[in-house]
This record gives sequence, structure tokens and C-alpha cells, in this order.
Amino acid sequence: MTARVLAVLLPLVLAPLAFGVIHRVKARFAGRQGKPLTQIYLDIRKCLGKGATISRTTTWLFRAGPTINLAATLAALPFVPLGGLPAAVSFPGDIFVFVYLLAMGRFFTIMAALDTGSSFEGMGASREAVYSCLAEPMLFLALLALARHSGDLSLSGMLSAVSAGSWLTGAPVLALVTVALFLILLAENCRVPFDDPNTHLELTMIHEVMVLDHGGPDFAFIEYAQTLKLWIFAAVATSLLLPAASGVLAWDALWGLAGVFAAAAAVGVTESVMARLRLTRVPPLLAAAGAFAALALILVGG
Amino acid sequence: MDMISLAHAAVVPVILANLALLASSRLVTCIRLVALQGAVISVTPLIFESGPLTVHTAVLCAVALGLKGVVFPLLLHRTLRRVVVRHEIEPYLGYPLSILLGILGLLASLWLAGRLGVPAGSYRSFAAAFAAILTGLLLIVTRKKAFTQVMGYLTAENGIFLLTAVLAPGGPLFIELAILLDVFVAVFVMGIAIHHINRQFDCIDTDRFCSLKD
Repeated sequence: MTARVLAVLLPLVLAPLAFGVIHRVKARFAGRQGKPLTQIYLDIRKCLGKGATISRTTTWLFRAGPTINLAATLAALPFVPLGGLPAAVSFPGDIFVFVYLLAMGRFFTIMAALDTGSSFEGMGASREAVYSCLAEPMLFLALLALARHSGDLSLSGMLSAVSAGSWLTGAPVLALVTVALFLILLAENCRVPFDDPNTHLELTMIHEVMVLDHGGPDFAFIEYAQTLKLWIFAAVATSLLLPAASGVLAWDALWGLAGVFAAAAAVGVTESVMARLRLTRVPPLLAAAGAFAALALILVGG
Repeated sequence: MDMISLAHAAVVPVILANLALLASSRLVTCIRLVALQGAVISVTPLIFESGPLTVHTAVLCAVALGLKGVVFPLLLHRTLRRVVVRHEIEPYLGYPLSILLGILGLLASLWLAGRLGVPAGSYRSFAAAFAAILTGLLLIVTRKKAFTQVMGYLTAENGIFLLTAVLAPGGPLFIELAILLDVFVAVFVMGIAIHHINRQFDCIDTDRFCSLKD
């Protein structure tokens, strides 16, 4: 029981810290000191204390967007195991609920962006929609390969079925799925090479341009949901690399945290060593992720 | 790690190299990919041999590794330096379509492996080998530069090598070595031929041959 609660509580508290790790790694690569690891907590608190200015052209959708996004992400969180800790909620077929909860959050972010009536936000929304259209089948393909590998249809089950022994027998499959999941992590969380979260030019932004008109608590919600989403994908991708549960609670939790923060550091390194791709080059990269996942599926079956 | 999973581990780079070859337009990358694929393939006879290691398998692997992993890339790099090209520009078939055809080829080879009743342990390796042959043929047919066509030829040869390793483990050494020698001479001759085509036409686009008159 404690383990299940911990698997939800730890991300709620520590998710923003993973963002801090990314920033710190990027700063170190650039030879800078970097902002404090807890900067994003301060940002969120600052935003929560502010009021919001809302355009008169918007409707309730604009207000609802960030809230529903955060709610959907929070609802998806209990399905994710953390390292050796089992997920709080799991039933056969919960991968569909999991993926579509995340998709619902994104859908409402896109709707809120379209609701502003700003041409820039519409552009960002259309890009996000295209990318998510491409990323979602790839994510399903990767999860499908995992499901066939483990013979389990719940996220927690298929991830905890991976052990050191399954790396010995099925290393190619697991390695391919891990790479595919990492690429999907970068795409879904709008990181370099798919999107640059630090860009300040509307024409090149994807996710950031959608949330430009949000301020105050709404923006805090968006930021927090974003950190949770990164955590979720990092936890899924890295639980493949970690052996199964040891049974000792503290050890399992620590192991899971190490995995997530290592994934965050890997994201930071990726962002430091490569530039963002041209928009037209993104679909081929996502297709490559899909090819990895499909290849894994072929290797598992037959 | 048992032999079957080792064979799977060898299959993955072969298939990925196939797809990457179809996707990449930089000739240097193509050379590296073919070299990598050749190096992986040249050690597969060791995996598929059932009994203890025999001398002739070891010799075959060593010669193949030396040729595919070291000599061919060096030769091709030298040719690349002499004919000043860097990229394959405007192939007959675009890159996305090539990749799609490559994946279709892989699926077709999997289907074929199922139909032919290849033993379960070598099922995927057979498919990968056949896919490499198809990829090589696709490269030869759909690319304009003579250089990339040589790449296609080498990929097809990699496929044939893997196919023999799968179907006839510890098989006829002399045939294998003779094929390797043939390929070596072919690559050598092609390097010279490419150089001459380049001198004659100022480029190595093979579709210029169509305008030749006697």
C-alpha cells in the first residue's frame, strides 16, 4: 500500500525538480552556473500568486484548458509505476486509458489555444496536433511491442515484467523499445530536437506558442502539468532499463528516482549536443521511432 | 546469452542499416553504414555454426571482416575523394518512398521465411538477409549516382553472405571465399570505372549513359 501511495506522491512533489535537472545539465554544458534546481517551484508559486488578464474574445474553453490539462495529467499519473514501485491503479488494458488521458489534456490545450483567436496560437496548435497525430501511433506501437513481450496488457504489468533476465533473452526488443520511447518522450514533451522550449520567436515555437496568452494560476497549472508529463514519460522509458522490484521499499523508490533523474539528464545532454530540427524533418524522425517500435514488434512475435 | 538471442541481436543492426541506407543521402554515411553492416554480418557464421569452432569458419570470418569492415570502406573513401561528390541528389525514388519500400521488403521477406519453413532459430536472420538483398537491389535500381549503386551491390552481397551463413552453417568455404574475392575485384573495378565515368561526364550520374551514341 505504502509503495502505491509513494509512486503517486513522489512525482507530485519531485516532478518540477526533474525540469531543474534538465536546466542544470544544459547550463553546465554551456559553461554556465545555471539557475537553482528549484527555480521551477519558485516560478509556479509566483504564477499562483498572480491574477490573470483574459481577453474578451475568449470563452470558457480558454479558462478550462489548463485546468483540464492538469486534471487529465494527474489522472494519468496513478497508472505509471516508478522503478520498482507498482502503479497505484492498474487493470488489463489501462494503457489505452493512460494514453487517451494524456491525449485529452493535449486536446484541451489545443482547444484553448484556438479559442484565443490569435493567428500565432492557431499555428502552434496546428503543429502540436500534427506532431501528436504522429507520436500517438508510435507510442501505441511501442507499448504493443511491450505488451506482446510481457503478455500483460496493463502498463504496470508490462513494465514490471521486465527484469535483468529478460534483458539477457530479449535485449534487442527492449533496447529498440527504449530508444523509441525516448524519442517519443522528446516529441511529446516538446524538447529539442522536436521543439525548443526556450525559443522566443513565435514562428518557431510549437508548445510554447500555444500557452502564450495564459497567465497567473493558469500558467502555473500548465507548467506543473508539463513537469508531470515529463516525469510520466521518463518513468515509463526508464523502468525498462531498471531490473524488477527488490522488495525493499526505500531501495525501490530510490532506484525509480535515479531512473527518472537520469532520463532528465539524458534529455539535457540531448538538448545540449544537438540543434532543433527543421519542421519538415520531424515526421521522418518520428517515423524512425515508429520503425524501431515496429521492428521490436516483429522481433517479439513470429 | 544463448545463440538464438545473439542471432537476434545481430539481426537488428542489419535491418536498421538497411533502412538507414535507404534514408541517407550522404555518401560518407552510406559507406559507414555498409561497412558496419558488413562487419556485423561477417561474424554471423560463428553464431550459426552448430559444432565447435572450425578453422575454416574462423578464416572465413576473418577474411570477410577484413574485406567488408576495412578494405572496402578504405577503397570507397579513396574513390569518393577522387570523384568530388558528397550527396546523392534527386534519386529516381524519394527517400520516404524508399524507406516504405524497404519496410515492405522486410515484411515480404518475413512472409517468405514463414512460407519456406525456415527453422525457427534462423527465421529472423533469414528475413533480415533477404531484406538486405532486396534493399541492395532497390538501391541499384533507384539511385542515379554510380557510387550509390556500388553501395547497393555491397548491401546485396552482405545479404547473400548472411543467407549462406543461415542456410548452410559451416558451409562450403571455398565458394564463400571465391565470392568474396569476386566482390573485392568488382569493387576495385567499380572504383576505377566510377573515376572514368567522372572524367568523361564531369559527374557520375548513370542516367547520362542514355545520351551515349556510337
